[in-house]
Amino acid sequence: MADLSTNPATDSRMEHRTLGAGGLFVAALKRDLMLSLRRKSELVNPLIFFLMVITLFPLGVSPEPGFLAELAPGVLWVAALLATLLSMDSLFRTDFDDGSLEQLLLSPQPLFVVVLAKVLAHWMLTGLALTLVAPVIAVMLFLPAEGMLGLMLSLLLGTPTLSLVGAIGAALTVGLRKGGVLISLLVLPLYIPVLIFGTGAVQAAVTGLPLGGYLALLGALLALGVTLAPLAISAALRISVSG
Amino acid sequence: MARLKTVGQSWRNCSVTRVGSRCLSGALLKVENLFCERDDRVLFDGLSFEVGSGEVVQIEGANGSGKTTLLRILSGLSRNYEGDLYWRGEPLAAVREQFHRELLYFGHQPGVKALLTPEENLRWYCALHPSLDPARVMEALEQVGLRGFEDVPCHMLSAGQHRRVSLARLYLSDAPLWILDEPFTAIDKRGVAAKEALIGRHIARGGSVVLTTHQDLQSLGAVRAINLDQQSGT
Repeated sequence: MADLSTNPATDSRMEHRTLGAGGLFVAALKRDLMLSLRRKSELVNPLIFFLMVITLFPLGVSPEPGFLAELAPGVLWVAALLATLLSMDSLFRTDFDDGSLEQLLLSPQPLFVVVLAKVLAHWMLTGLALTLVAPVIAVMLFLPAEGMLGLMLSLLLGTPTLSLVGAIGAALTVGLRKGGVLISLLVLPLYIPVLIFGTGAVQAAVTGLPLGGYLALLGALLALGVTLAPLAISAALRISVSG
Repeated sequence: MARLKTVGQSWRNCSVTRVGSRCLSGALLKVENLFCERDDRVLFDGLSFEVGSGEVVQIEGANGSGKTTLLRILSGLSRNYEGDLYWRGEPLAAVREQFHRELLYFGHQPGVKALLTPEENLRWYCALHPSLDPARVMEALEQVGLRGFEDVPCHMLSAGQHRRVSLARLYLSDAPLWILDEPFTAIDKRGVAAKEALIGRHIARGGSVVLTTHQDLQSLGAVRAINLDQQSGT
């Protein structure tokens, strides 16, 4: 076993190479995507939930096309919102259980960069996936073709906000054994504006009204979320681990 | 302030000149009047000690006496305490980022992702600690006897191998302060001897170690013990 102090490799460590915030962000994103892809059952959970709600809804209410078309914007958005919420609890859970979160908090690297990457990875596998399958599923609810663009754009702008806000709740409750219900209580009130503007955008698109205003509001909420949520998530994680 | 800064950067020089005189000029970590209470039970009250360079401090105590709690407070993970912590003479809260750069914490949970391979786990650790060289990951895995297992997901490894993945960080690390919580659990005899030798080399370079273990540290000469059973006043 080589003596570390005389190891030539120690000299190369002397010069401080810094992995920039961008490099760290990419590394964290890759790691989280890789972890999710190796846990396939959890990966498809939100999508299956989304699909189930939409297929069961006409059976429970009425299969009448005109009636369903009227309800479609709201039902699609509520289903997407609940699917995101259900997947939120696991965001920091495994990291907390296996000690990775402790190591993350003890890193000299900026925590919000890693947190933002984790949320982005989560969104790519829930919100983005829901956005991509939404038009196909919307057809099952007889959503008029004019509404499709509004649906996709509003989900594209709205679901990242849902992931960011949900991550604050997940970070606050990760130290608790049963945090699932608490997350819903904490986060649902904050989801309401996104839901209102999201369904508003789809309804405006269906009736042929301009939807720029709704999308601008969703974009503003997203901008607010991207800038402030990572700081709140970081602080919440420190409190949870300290507990 | 300026003087303390130079002390702060001098540790790297120590590894070249062995234990340089400047390194011994002050305690690395200083704990003053630490008080911690958990579930209405006082774990320790008025606990004060210093950790100087080249020193091994062993925290002793029965199960539930607060060893892990103390290590979590020292590492900055837990804030449920009263008292003062100083890193190189400055309040720890003020120099937290520098402190984390110079700290290696081996916790109760090893911080190894079961779905990632040992190599991926260590590369992520290098990403979190930018002063570490990712090119030395394989070398570190070889040192802990995991060569040939680098591409096997960690959930396929045994409990001891799982912990060895985390212990490989000790071979990568350039941090002066090591805080190790039960580092020898599930490690075989030869592994324990190798880790003790590693700790010996670390303190010879001027580093310091705070650890808990139920094993006797035979090969290490000067080990200072702090017993938490006497602290709780029972």
